[in-house]
Amino acid sequence: MARKTSRYGVLIALAFILSYIEVLIPINLGVPGVKLGLANLVVFIALYIEGWKGALAISLTRIVLVGFTFSNMFSMIYSVAGGMLSFILMALCKKYKLFSKVGISIVGGVSHNIGQIIVVAFVVNNADMFYYLPVLLVAGAVTGALIGLLGAIVLERLTKVL
Amino acid sequence: MSKRDFILVGAIIFIAAAIYIVNRVVIQKPADTVEVTVDGKQYTTLPLSEDTEITIEGVNGGTNHLSIKAGYAQVVEASCPDKLCVHQKSIHYNGEKIICLPNKVLVEVISGNKSSVDAVAN
Repeated sequence: MARKTSRYGVLIALAFILSYIEVLIPINLGVPGVKLGLANLVVFIALYIEGWKGALAISLTRIVLVGFTFSNMFSMIYSVAGGMLSFILMALCKKYKLFSKVGISIVGGVSHNIGQIIVVAFVVNNADMFYYLPVLLVAGAVTGALIGLLGAIVLERLTKVL
Repeated sequence: MSKRDFILVGAIIFIAAAIYIVNRVVIQKPADTVEVTVDGKQYTTLPLSEDTEITIEGVNGGTNHLSIKAGYAQVVEASCPDKLCVHQKSIHYNGEKIICLPNKVLVEVISGNKSSVDAVAN
């Protein structure tokens, strides 16, 4: 139990710091919502070493912590939508072994962006938001692939230690 | 990466390309009107052909400074912390928009016939 608690603590701290680092790396494609998704690296790794329940707990804790520290209530709703949709799809794809690690991370990146744009479409009352969808889809696939490649390397080493 | 991963990537690129092409063909024509919406409600409408500058008052006292110049509309200044709206490129084609989420401000350029569906019907 103590080992598990400390592992969760480390993972949440890591996700928290990565969220902060992400704010420091601006990516400007002229489309809102495009980002690296570094924090997703932790959720992705947690999914493999702690199972879906652990990953869910870490993902939600991160969103709440980051929401209260760096942004506001609104950004939090926005993050929850992206974070949860991506979590659910990644967990399902992993459970049914649909894709390899990189594939699952791509699913996570793309669905994170889709979740966010759905909330945006609701907030500004404008379904035309899907105008941005092509860029967000491709950006999500690229960042998802990068995170997946990185995650696979990290996992390989982590599993030797844990 | 497995074979299914490549199929996944292929499918994503295909869908993105399809949506992009549809947008391009259906929506992208030079617009003539700038429509400003705050929190889903109409705020003001301006012609894109006249050079003007206005300050939009968004929700919670936030402001966005909108500049219309030579047929292009752009948010040049904003009170929001992230300045995403300022970084977005200037808009000119029908259906293009600039969004400021914190202030719930939506700036959209349209061609007289409001929605893209109408534009096609014409």
